Amino acid sequence: MNLSMKWLSDYIKKDIPIAEFCSGMTMSGSKVECYETEGSEIKNVVVGKLLSVVPHENSDHLVVCQVDVGKDAPIQIVTGAPNVSAGDIVPVAMIGAELPGGIKIKKGKLRGVESCGMLCSLGELGLTTHDFPYAIADGIFLIQEDCEIGQDIHEAIGLNDTSVEFEITSNRPDCLSVVGLAREAAVTFDTELCLEEPSFKGIPDDINNYLKVDIENETLCPRYAAGIVKNVKIGPSPRWMRERLRASGIRPINNLVDITNYVMLEYGQPMHAFDLRYVKDSHIIIRNAKDGETITTLDDQERKLSSEMLVIADSEKPIAVAGIMGGEYSGIMDDTTTVVFESAYFEPVQVRRTAKKLGMRTDASARYEKGLDVEGCMRSLTRALQLVEMLGAGEPIDSHIDIVKNIKPRNEIPFDSSWINRFLGTDIAEEEMIKILKNLDIEIGNGKCVSPSFRIDLERPADIAEEVARIYGYNNIPSTVLTGAANASLTPEQKYLRTIENTMVSLGCYGILTYSFTSPKCFDKIGLPDDSKLRNTITIKNPLGEDTSIMRTTTLPSMLDILAGNYKNRNENVKLFEIGKEYIPTEEGKLPNEPNRLTVGMYGDDIDFFDIKGTIDALLSKLRIYDCEYVRCSEDNTFEETCALHPGRSAIIMYNGNAIGYVGEIHPSVQETYGFGTRVYVAKMNVNEMMHLSVTEVTYQPSPKFPAITRDLSLTCEDSLPVGTMEKAIKNAVGKVLEKVTLFDVYKGKQIADGMKSVSFSISMRSHEGTLTDEQADAAMKRVLKALGDMGASLRE
Amino acid sequence: MREQLEAIRLEAAEKLAAVKDAKILDTLRVKYLGKKGELTAILKQMGKLSSEERPIIGQLANEVRSSIEKAISEKQSEIAKLETEAKLKSETIDVTLPGRKQSVGSLHPLSIVENEIKEIFLGMGFEIADGPEVEYDYYNFEALNLPPDHPARDTQDTFYITDNILLRTQTSSVQVHVMENKKPPIRVISPGRVFRSDAVDATHSPLFHQVEGLVVDKGITMADLKGTLEMLMKRLYGEECTIRLRPHHFPFTEPSAEVDVMCFNCHGKGCRICKNEGFIELLGAGMVHPKVLEGCGIDSSIYSGFAFGLGLERIVMRRYNISDMRLLFENDYRFLEQF
Repeated sequence: MNLSMKWLSDYIKKDIPIAEFCSGMTMSGSKVECYETEGSEIKNVVVGKLLSVVPHENSDHLVVCQVDVGKDAPIQIVTGAPNVSAGDIVPVAMIGAELPGGIKIKKGKLRGVESCGMLCSLGELGLTTHDFPYAIADGIFLIQEDCEIGQDIHEAIGLNDTSVEFEITSNRPDCLSVVGLAREAAVTFDTELCLEEPSFKGIPDDINNYLKVDIENETLCPRYAAGIVKNVKIGPSPRWMRERLRASGIRPINNLVDITNYVMLEYGQPMHAFDLRYVKDSHIIIRNAKDGETITTLDDQERKLSSEMLVIADSEKPIAVAGIMGGEYSGIMDDTTTVVFESAYFEPVQVRRTAKKLGMRTDASARYEKGLDVEGCMRSLTRALQLVEMLGAGEPIDSHIDIVKNIKPRNEIPFDSSWINRFLGTDIAEEEMIKILKNLDIEIGNGKCVSPSFRIDLERPADIAEEVARIYGYNNIPSTVLTGAANASLTPEQKYLRTIENTMVSLGCYGILTYSFTSPKCFDKIGLPDDSKLRNTITIKNPLGEDTSIMRTTTLPSMLDILAGNYKNRNENVKLFEIGKEYIPTEEGKLPNEPNRLTVGMYGDDIDFFDIKGTIDALLSKLRIYDCEYVRCSEDNTFEETCALHPGRSAIIMYNGNAIGYVGEIHPSVQETYGFGTRVYVAKMNVNEMMHLSVTEVTYQPSPKFPAITRDLSLTCEDSLPVGTMEKAIKNAVGKVLEKVTLFDVYKGKQIADGMKSVSFSISMRSHEGTLTDEQADAAMKRVLKALGDMGASLRE
Repeated sequence: MREQLEAIRLEAAEKLAAVKDAKILDTLRVKYLGKKGELTAILKQMGKLSSEERPIIGQLANEVRSSIEKAISEKQSEIAKLETEAKLKSETIDVTLPGRKQSVGSLHPLSIVENEIKEIFLGMGFEIADGPEVEYDYYNFEALNLPPDHPARDTQDTFYITDNILLRTQTSSVQVHVMENKKPPIRVISPGRVFRSDAVDATHSPLFHQVEGLVVDKGITMADLKGTLEMLMKRLYGEECTIRLRPHHFPFTEPSAEVDVMCFNCHGKGCRICKNEGFIELLGAGMVHPKVLEGCGIDSSIYSGFAFGLGLERIVMRRYNISDMRLLFENDYRFLEQF
């Protein structure tokens, strides 16, 4: 809502500096976005009179003017405009003048003749022919206003209003009007609101001779008022009205249309004007549209209507979409003679739905959909007819139609000043509250408030408390500290995630955050089979674009995207992690599961599979999850996205037979798809599911009392035999006295046959009951060799 | 004999003074003091002396021995010192060479500030609640006094999954879950992701983070809301931080306020950073609307409460002087390394 300060001064006589006005209104609840003084870009432009206009000696299309600008001597200006002649009153930009768009006027010579300024067109002053209908667009602005030679152009043509832009919240449609904002200003600055009830004389006549109105749907249209104007004279509206409309951001059109807009801005009530000639049978019916009915609206668009929409119709067809826009057919034209003014109340939700469905939000619908003053229809109609009389735009007749059906009564709300103080934490005197509320037109008596008809947002004591608080001043409310014992800590799950976060950081990884939505194409990029269950996603009906149209069912592509971005930006060594959600659909119409996943990704000069595996091992150890196994991805299909991994360089992390994550190198083809010129490593862990696997009780273990015996073993076996399998066999074979198995060498090459490898372990054994004997150790080693022998590993010669 | 001893004393003193090497020193020690050394040889001849001479010569011999021993010991420590010095000198390195790189990670700046806010509220006795990001319309709108066709829905461009399921546009949805599952007294915050259909630019993202706060108990006042937010802002921005509350409208609070913090740059005078307002908008807040309490089965004639919601990105961007929101989601290593 743009407010003209000149307009406001009709209602508020107190002179308030603009900065004070803006901050005061903001702090009482009408937020000022900004303010702008009209013509502020124009400097040093004055009214001039052309004394003579003679042709330029060196040019066919230039003329040389002597211009009186109210100084001792006239100034000489050369112009190319064809529409000037001696005696014309024109805007003159003097030397040093500034014009909209940052133009500065300097002294110059045009084809050898000195020019000491510039004559201005409307456009050069930032105006259009809507502002001054008598002027032409492509020529010098020939001023026909009452002004003086040498006068500053701002005053001369009324370019000196200040327009204040408000952000009005949806609960205050009454403030989408000059009167509404004036009321707020009066309360805010503790001054009088000078509001007069509009009235007009009118010519005696009975409206029933002209018009019949029937409301078919009283729920959607509880009130409809109409008046008639005869002998309409269409023409431009006066300068003051045009100026005010312009300052409010509305383009002046003609006197009748301008009046409807003016009243809408002033009282907040949208008005509509029909040409009575085109209201068939002079009969207006407010009814639901019929399915399939159409109307061509004022913006020249044909609209398809449906039965839940409300229309204003004549006996034959719709002539307006109620509360939204009129039809082109019955609109005001230059030859219109008799006009019907409509001022009505339409049910907000219906207006909103219809406007949305038709895709046409108008100034009118934006007001109706928030709920207007049902008691204000007649005042606005009267004001419109008053303006018609005032402007000489026609002859209003002195009777009207006003159909009032089930109007909602005003809200009655209990008033209890001590409750308000208890609720706000304040100590405001009851008299002060009453004064505030009365200034807001809220009636008080018998322990209750009655809301004014334009304040449909006031329903409950809390609403009254807000009115008191905002005028009293939010910043005058004291600040208190919450009392009472409170005991809060992170939940075990929150603590667990925090431990993971901190551990990943201490392992040298950087936390990232990625979008929850992604592109369905990401599945193809990681080579996911067409029938994968991961392709069953939560899909956004109205996405910004395909790239963000589905909720991710796997975090892997998000990590790959970020790694790829980093690679493209030539970051050489990158280690990242994210704790983020996946969105796994459940049943139709139900919410998805949103499990947390830890995703790790890295690449760099010295980074290989064992770096990322080591990172995961360290995390598992910190989380006290022991005895995880790594198996080939082919052995478990929990994670379908492992198709994106190198089959020979990736593993599923198993705990007690259940897959809890995976780790591996990216498949060469995926690597290529994402544009990596290096090997890339990723891991994902199902952190929610891991939580219960952690050992939570920690007991101190004393240092061992008895010495350990360590035996080293070097074995040869087939290359394909996994070290993990051998380790497992050693553990089982040694049994209770095993302290640690350490792999210290894997060797292939010289002295080892093709397809074979040499593997060396150091096996440490210790008993907690006594010193282990050599015999016991030898026996254990014998068992180890037997077990390893069974899998084809023998002592290296 | 006396002469012999004096000669040894002199010779030893002279030779020892010249020694610069531990090996030579050792040879000299053996030469004079060893079992087959010169001094020992002389003492072996003591038997030949008269009983008058014996104690005198004996005393002299002991003096000579201790003087030599002393000289050797002094020399030993002197040489050790020299050797240490030489070693230190030879081992000197260029300390300006770079250290061997150790990888230290860090959290994302949004996580850093989120954790900080969590700590502040844990300290004030607030628990931390989570809620679903894909949410029913009821929790995101309807239970928050935003029935279908409410005009305020327009201000939050919503991503829909079905007519009834959407991506939550505000963490306020968690308020309803908390109140349904927990009886007052309630003190929770709920940080999390929210989604709005805003195209990506320097100050907008279709995904961003909010922190919701909710307090419900007997006798909770708007003054409590002010006090709590002031404490939050002072903990976040320092003791000198000033906030102001400005009336606003949210359907789920009444009274409602927008909370501004005094511009750090101009201290309220107005500058480019605060768009000449002197204050910067930080969060929305208010007293929980009685309809919201009642919808969750809480008697609004007994209990009252306040709620607030703040945008994390805005706080993070201001703190680290980040001018483009896209940087937060681009996750470039050179960006992440700085926090």
